[in-house]
Amino acid sequence: MKLINDLKLKVWRQDGPDAAGHFETHVVEKVSDEASFLEMLDQLNERLIGEGKEAVVFDHDCREGICGTCSLMINGRAHGPQRATTTCQLHMRTFKSGDEIVIEPWRAAAFPIIKDLMVDRSSFDRIIEAGGFITAPTGGAPDANLILVPKPVADAAMDSAACIGCGACVAACPNGAASLFAGAKISHLNVLPQGQSERYKRAEAMVHAMDDQFGSCTNHGECSAACPKEISLDVIAMMNSDFRKSKSKNRKALSRG
Amino acid sequence: MAQTITRPSRSREPVTGTALSSRKKRSFLADLYSTAVGKKYAMAISGIALMGFVFFHMLGNLKMYLGAAEINSYAEFLKKLLYPLAPKGAVLWIFRGGLLAMLVLHLHAAWSLTVMNRQARPVKYQSPRDYEVANFASRTMRYSGMIVASFLTWHLLDLTFGVVNTVGAEGTFVRAEVYENIVRSLSRWPVAAFYILANLLLGIHLRHGAWSIFQSLGWNNPRFNAWRWTFATAFAAIVVVGNVSFPIAVLLGIVKV
Repeated sequence: MKLINDLKLKVWRQDGPDAAGHFETHVVEKVSDEASFLEMLDQLNERLIGEGKEAVVFDHDCREGICGTCSLMINGRAHGPQRATTTCQLHMRTFKSGDEIVIEPWRAAAFPIIKDLMVDRSSFDRIIEAGGFITAPTGGAPDANLILVPKPVADAAMDSAACIGCGACVAACPNGAASLFAGAKISHLNVLPQGQSERYKRAEAMVHAMDDQFGSCTNHGECSAACPKEISLDVIAMMNSDFRKSKSKNRKALSRG
Repeated sequence: MAQTITRPSRSREPVTGTALSSRKKRSFLADLYSTAVGKKYAMAISGIALMGFVFFHMLGNLKMYLGAAEINSYAEFLKKLLYPLAPKGAVLWIFRGGLLAMLVLHLHAAWSLTVMNRQARPVKYQSPRDYEVANFASRTMRYSGMIVASFLTWHLLDLTFGVVNTVGAEGTFVRAEVYENIVRSLSRWPVAAFYILANLLLGIHLRHGAWSIFQSLGWNNPRFNAWRWTFATAFAAIVVVGNVSFPIAVLLGIVKV
């Protein structure tokens, strides 16, 4: 274990959604290179609480890279400098003594700041509510292999289902678009047999829910590069294609008497 | 879940798992264009039309290397497309009208998407961003597009209307003297420089645009995806090399009156 010293943190502090925020500078000493980024912030908070100051508020939950709760814009990159890594899985060995680390919350109209580094991501829930589910009878779990799924299809669905909904795609997008998130959620169900009956309703409804809150895609590819689960831009193309089809197919379905 | 949608999206009825949304009053295209994904379709389709134009415009202009008679008769041929079935110039004017409509559509979609994207992030990041994959082309589409559009205006005033062209031997601008007009115009070095600059920016614009078309139209196939960048780069390079060769040839005296 090595100790990292003299870390200059520039942390965004904001009292509430409507308050004006500012950067606050703290120097953190004696951080283990085995510590995660969040543990380093814990260390800072312990000191602040000990000094009778208010702790820095940030989102975290599982701390093993699968829940999608942690966020943070670290030195201008969503989830920090390491690819395919959530903030909680980012280790301090990525940094060295004397580094300046700038920490900002996700910034988007759809992600209002609650306090300091914590944002409200329930706009993603609006998209899921619009169609990110299948209407299946509840009850006992169905028998395994009752519905056959070809292996490549199952793999494609799994790649999309890896999305943890952290919001890094929106944060990284210069346009504040949620196309990668919506695309992942739409393609996850739209390639599977279980998702077929609601395929076009889903595509139309989820894209409209996305449209109402987020920006639009200009194909920079920043979302995919920032994604801790490396969701491919292909899901956006699939969403666009299904959305176009949904517009004509849903019209046709509705025009039946 | 299907019955418990708490906050329906702003403009649309929620689409539940069991019921289709109520019938929309708008026509198919207007409904599609009202969404960001639909506007991207408009960008892509108008982009294809404009790409077709720049490609054939470059191809036609290559005739200047064959001499004045060749290119001037080619210009005459364009006026006589489908003549005598259609009146002289009729088909050309249909093309011009179509191109103008496509340009207006391209500009309107770009404008409204830009407004939407600005609204999606009203508070910018307060620290510098570190972009991973967004390149110069993708980040300057708006500016390269605007400079190319202003060049287009100059170009029309110069070689179509003759307002800013230096006049010929008789002291009047003769539109049919295509070859002579080009040589007179491009032998002025500031005009040639603007021409080269605008075409380089056009190439940058085309490279990102030609790739984006596939994403926006949802043309995604893992077998061909690797070729999308190849196509975009090759298309942009061919157009730029062809176009930039004209002012250079005039300045070097290869093409002269």
